[in-house]
Amino acid sequence: MPDYQPLRLRVPEPTSRPGDQPDFSAFHFPVAGSVSKPPIDVDFNDIIEHAMTTIRVLNKDGEAVGPWADSISDDILLKGLRAMLTTRVFDERMMALQRQGKTSFYMKCTGEEAIAVGHQLALQQGDMNFPTYRQQGLLIAQDYPLENMINQILSNAHDPLKGRQLPIMYSAKDHGFFSISGNLGTQYIQAVGWAMASAIKGDTRVASAWIGDGATASNDFHAALVNASVYRPPVILNIVNNQWAISTFSGFAGEGRDTTFAERAHGYSIAALRVDGNDFPAVYAVSKWAAERARRGYGPTLIEWVTYRVAPHSTADDPSRYRPKEESDAWPMGDPVLRLKNHLIQRGIWSEQQHQDLEGELTQHIRDIAKTCTEHGILGEGSKACDMFEDVYETMPAHLVAQKQECEALNND
Amino acid sequence: MTKLDIGELPEAGRAISDMSMIEAIRDAMDVCMGRDENVVVFGEDVGYFGGVFRCTADLQEKYSSQRVFDSPINESGIVGVGVGMAAYGLRPCVEVQFADYIYPAYDQIVSEAARLRSRSAGDFTAPITIRTPCGGGIFGGQTHSQSPESLFTHVAGLKTLMPSNPYDAKGMLIAAIEDNDPVVFFEPKRLYNGPFDGHHDRPAQSWKGHPLGAVPEGHYTVPLGKARIAREGAAVSVITYGTMVYVATQAAEEMGIDAEVIDLRSLNPLDMDTIRDSVQKTGRCLVLHEATLTSGFGAELSAKIQEHCFYHLEVPIKRVAGWDTPYPHAQEWHYFPSPKRVGLALQSLVEETV
Repeated sequence: MPDYQPLRLRVPEPTSRPGDQPDFSAFHFPVAGSVSKPPIDVDFNDIIEHAMTTIRVLNKDGEAVGPWADSISDDILLKGLRAMLTTRVFDERMMALQRQGKTSFYMKCTGEEAIAVGHQLALQQGDMNFPTYRQQGLLIAQDYPLENMINQILSNAHDPLKGRQLPIMYSAKDHGFFSISGNLGTQYIQAVGWAMASAIKGDTRVASAWIGDGATASNDFHAALVNASVYRPPVILNIVNNQWAISTFSGFAGEGRDTTFAERAHGYSIAALRVDGNDFPAVYAVSKWAAERARRGYGPTLIEWVTYRVAPHSTADDPSRYRPKEESDAWPMGDPVLRLKNHLIQRGIWSEQQHQDLEGELTQHIRDIAKTCTEHGILGEGSKACDMFEDVYETMPAHLVAQKQECEALNND
Repeated sequence: MTKLDIGELPEAGRAISDMSMIEAIRDAMDVCMGRDENVVVFGEDVGYFGGVFRCTADLQEKYSSQRVFDSPINESGIVGVGVGMAAYGLRPCVEVQFADYIYPAYDQIVSEAARLRSRSAGDFTAPITIRTPCGGGIFGGQTHSQSPESLFTHVAGLKTLMPSNPYDAKGMLIAAIEDNDPVVFFEPKRLYNGPFDGHHDRPAQSWKGHPLGAVPEGHYTVPLGKARIAREGAAVSVITYGTMVYVATQAAEEMGIDAEVIDLRSLNPLDMDTIRDSVQKTGRCLVLHEATLTSGFGAELSAKIQEHCFYHLEVPIKRVAGWDTPYPHAQEWHYFPSPKRVGLALQSLVEETV
């Protein structure tokens, strides 16, 4: 009889739990500027190491260094800072609205602002994002009316989605922002389909797919990669690795000490890059590179944005129950807003005073807008009771006409 | 007796060809692709090979691999890609090789395609057609015989269709592809090559020479949400669709019962007017389908008929359906509702008194 020991299931554990010291010793980030910038027509095989390292532009002194630092204008940097700060202030205000009972639900993207904002500024009019619920920066970076967002969050009379959707599940076709779904991963493959359509029509527009670390475990993540691999459409496959899927650390999505999410692309012959997601110039430059690669017909690129989810998962979540309170402060890549601010000051186009003024201005501005929006109703006030029957189909079928009449009769009592 | 109830009438003098259901379905896609360059067709084995049932034969050669192509074996991917393409502005007509394999795409169909218009308040729409061969009677066993239509009729935002003959198949598929809502288009594979009345021991029939196998060339539609009276009668109404249309008709003939057989064609939207008129006329009703009984589409039909026709019903509504078991292989003809089983149900309905 062979001498077998009883087997044992391996269940991953994060490096630290509440009460422990945060431990990011497993992360090894190279110094800024040390990762090369390949030509946009590069074969995936020639940049295998780009999926295992981390592209960084801003060094610890706030300087933009290395091959990815060359293409960014002052204008883009200032725009980026403003949009990131707006996103952060907006999140704070919406969190407050939720705490005041004016909306049922909210999700912040604190610490992840650089990714959506930097990416959006690298795209062109007509490109289409397929976002998750944590890319509000995509809208804010292109000056989408904050009123629309807040009215949607309040489900009020001016809600563009007429009160049908959970707060933050925006839709803005004209701003290249696909309708958000509660079902994780689904939009990733849809982005590939949109990009295929662009190729079928001989268009030059690009789709950008978004997914979090946790949802890379979903079937549609793999469906997207295999289809992107087969048809090579103009799609950017973004993974926002913020380390946490609600209470579950990224190890449960298959991240390990010696593996990255970016590396998964190689099995599908897709070019992949891993990037410091808290480094705005890096986000912008890499997004620009991937969009250009897609637009010129060189196929898809997968980008893993390494970041940290500073905020609770949602307003219904309490992270102190599953991770150390100090963990976000210990995140080695710091805060994206502060890092960009320091860079702009170092560059001589920004000052501490200007920053404070802008923060104050935005806080007041968003407070004012939110106040106006709440006048149109909160928590569904002002939405039409029987509007839910519209838009189920292009034209209302007989059974819905009957149900709508029944609904209206009840509301006329 | 067969009554042609067609939607948009073909213009006089238009050429008519004898077509099988396969040829009619292929012709529908051909017509749509010729008229609208936004129509694209893809699925497993759909491209070069022309489909495992030949429904897309030669389309790739005619329209190029940019518009007709093979897909990876990933149903969620097929439908998910289709939803993305529809969001761009294309009109994808995709194939799921067997309805038994549509479940991996269920999330994309139910959570995405069906809700996109509503959740975005019309900002985005999903004009996608999902073709899928369904039904038994071919010794397909557990995973080549299922009829999962009720899993789709239950979903708000979807349209669910099932033709029973070449004429309808072409007209309904064109209507589905042109429709701006997502459509699940079930094709009873037992009817692909000819009508089937459940007599598996007799030689297979062909569509050649059958009045409903006479298919006009070019463009025409059969409107969605419109049932067809397959056999007129006054004694009892049979509410059915797909292969069971022929089983019901055959059973009525064999038993000498003056049954009216309604071929629903469209399950959602449902033609309640035609159902109501028939049941109010006959006062007796059999609901018939291949799918398993419990929570099948027949339950919805029975409930609706009860609501709309209660005071006209002389006896309780009866349901004949597949048994509540996985579709078996060896016991095919004990599972598939036979003319005998349907005939006995019809007989008990007309003989029953309250």
